[in-house]
Amino acid sequence: MKMISGLKYGYLLLGASIAAMGSGVGAANAAEQITFVSQGGAYQQAQTVAILDPSAKKLGITINQDSIPDAWPAIKTQVGSGKPIWDVVDTPTGNCLRGGEQGLMEKLDFSKIPNGAAMPEAYRSPYSVSYEFYSSVLSYSQKTFPKDAPNSWADFWDVKKFPGRRALRNHPFATLEAALMADGVAPDKLYPLDVDRAFRKLEEIKPNITVWWTSGAQSAQLLNDGEVDMEMAWNGRVSAVAKEGAKVAFTYNQGILQSTSLCILKGAPNLDTAVKFLNEAVDPVHQANLPLHIDYGPGNPKAFETSVIKPERAAQLPSEPANAAKQALMSYAWWSSPQGEAAEKRWAAFMQK
Amino acid sequence: MLALVSPALLVILLLIVLPVGWLAWQSIYHDGFTLENYRRIVSEDIYWRSFALTFEISLLVTLLALLLGYPVAYAANAVPRGWSVLILALVVLPFWTSVLVRAYAWLVLLQRTGVINQLLRSLDVIGEPLALVHNTFGTVVATVHILLPFMVLPLYATMQKIPGDLMQAGASLGAGPAHAFLRIFLPLSLPGVLAGCTMVFVLCLGFYITPELLGGGRTVMVSMLVSRNVELYSQFGAASAVAVVLLVSVLLIFFVVSRFISLDRVLGQK
Repeated sequence: MKMISGLKYGYLLLGASIAAMGSGVGAANAAEQITFVSQGGAYQQAQTVAILDPSAKKLGITINQDSIPDAWPAIKTQVGSGKPIWDVVDTPTGNCLRGGEQGLMEKLDFSKIPNGAAMPEAYRSPYSVSYEFYSSVLSYSQKTFPKDAPNSWADFWDVKKFPGRRALRNHPFATLEAALMADGVAPDKLYPLDVDRAFRKLEEIKPNITVWWTSGAQSAQLLNDGEVDMEMAWNGRVSAVAKEGAKVAFTYNQGILQSTSLCILKGAPNLDTAVKFLNEAVDPVHQANLPLHIDYGPGNPKAFETSVIKPERAAQLPSEPANAAKQALMSYAWWSSPQGEAAEKRWAAFMQK
Repeated sequence: MLALVSPALLVILLLIVLPVGWLAWQSIYHDGFTLENYRRIVSEDIYWRSFALTFEISLLVTLLALLLGYPVAYAANAVPRGWSVLILALVVLPFWTSVLVRAYAWLVLLQRTGVINQLLRSLDVIGEPLALVHNTFGTVVATVHILLPFMVLPLYATMQKIPGDLMQAGASLGAGPAHAFLRIFLPLSLPGVLAGCTMVFVLCLGFYITPELLGGGRTVMVSMLVSRNVELYSQFGAASAVAVVLLVSVLLIFFVVSRFISLDRVLGQK
């Protein structure tokens, strides 16, 4: 019985989708569309509600969505083939910059993107605009540190004053920055990174690192299970663990502010619509909607001037101006420079020594 | 005959030979012929370290699997049929759980706040929790667990074919059980030992998820270099060169093993 009704339902769906395809062809001719790509999961869901659906409605376009955890190889292959399928990609800002240098991204005409043009210079590049912010923060167990919690990378490095097991990310991004801040470099004086100095400082803490984590989920598990007492983790991961009831907290002090950006693939099939969408996606009000659905900060700081984000909520977000002032803004331009790439390659040797 | 195997051959050609060939080609061709990817492997010592560590871990895992697997296979062979089915079922059962789930299960057992450390601490056996995971130890334990069936099954298949009368004949001629085992049973089971060891060793060489999750970032096996190189050099050639070197070492191992025992025995358990 179940089977039969399931089959019937299947036929219904099939019929409906054929009908939809029929009307879809007509609609595609009349209305413009783009293909937008992000990283999937709760994050893409939140964007759909906060940014994508409202933008589509306002511009009268159709936004087809795709998702991929790491867009870079696909970007290379698609543009390399000469006929990309995607238009707009939401990807770590470094990918947009590298892509721009390698001719894989369209150079943006900011006269057509007033919302982007109004953003601070550090939040955009000739190929991209910041879309959302997250931060690599110092997080800790409140069970181990009920008071006098570690509050800076110097504290993280101080194994005498703050005994306990530690974890860092198995990646040079943000980790080298943290090492330099632990060594006394001011958050706004980090770049260009003194790579030798950073690795020297890392050698110092290396024997005390229990785990070098590779995925955000792993960092959350370590903190949640009390496997480590303090670690570098992404703010959204820590607040999710705290929401589940674990006694963990983090500080934005000396956090490393990172972003994903929107960029347009070279030779995108719907370039004009993509540019229109890009402007709409960083509209302050749409941007202000995002943190209502997920623990990420808006890429456009003007979002905080709208009344959409309540002050209590704003205070929790990585890119809120007062929080941002305590942190270091990651320079993706430096990381995609030859020195940055050399530092990235040196990481593997450091880990295996 | 050819008509019967040709669909299978076609699938292998399309899904294995062509992609692997394409990968190998990528490793030597990128805007012209280049040996840069191989030069890097030879000249940078992180590759040496990784290959050395991978072979070390694989040897250790193989040895442990043999020590644990041989008695199990022996028992399954010696007991009445009903019991042997049960033993083999228990060996194969974990096989049906994903490698990822089993890696996490080991994490639950081995980590600082895990079952084993909690138990030992509540019994006052240890004061500080032991470092059982996020290192090579944890990786080896979990890998042995995952690969054990590949050791037990070929051993069992070989032992099944050793006629029981031989041991009785030995005993009737005055050999004690230990003597009979050492002089008769053990030598006859050696092809199974070699087959099981080859399977476990070769499979272990390519392990990825287990060292990634349980190695704590320090246990960098060759497969992890492959994925890291895709990320680092953003072209497949740098990664496929590593894969080619690993593939060639596996083929070499098979070649050496085949000098001692027919490959049919390793692969098909004839």
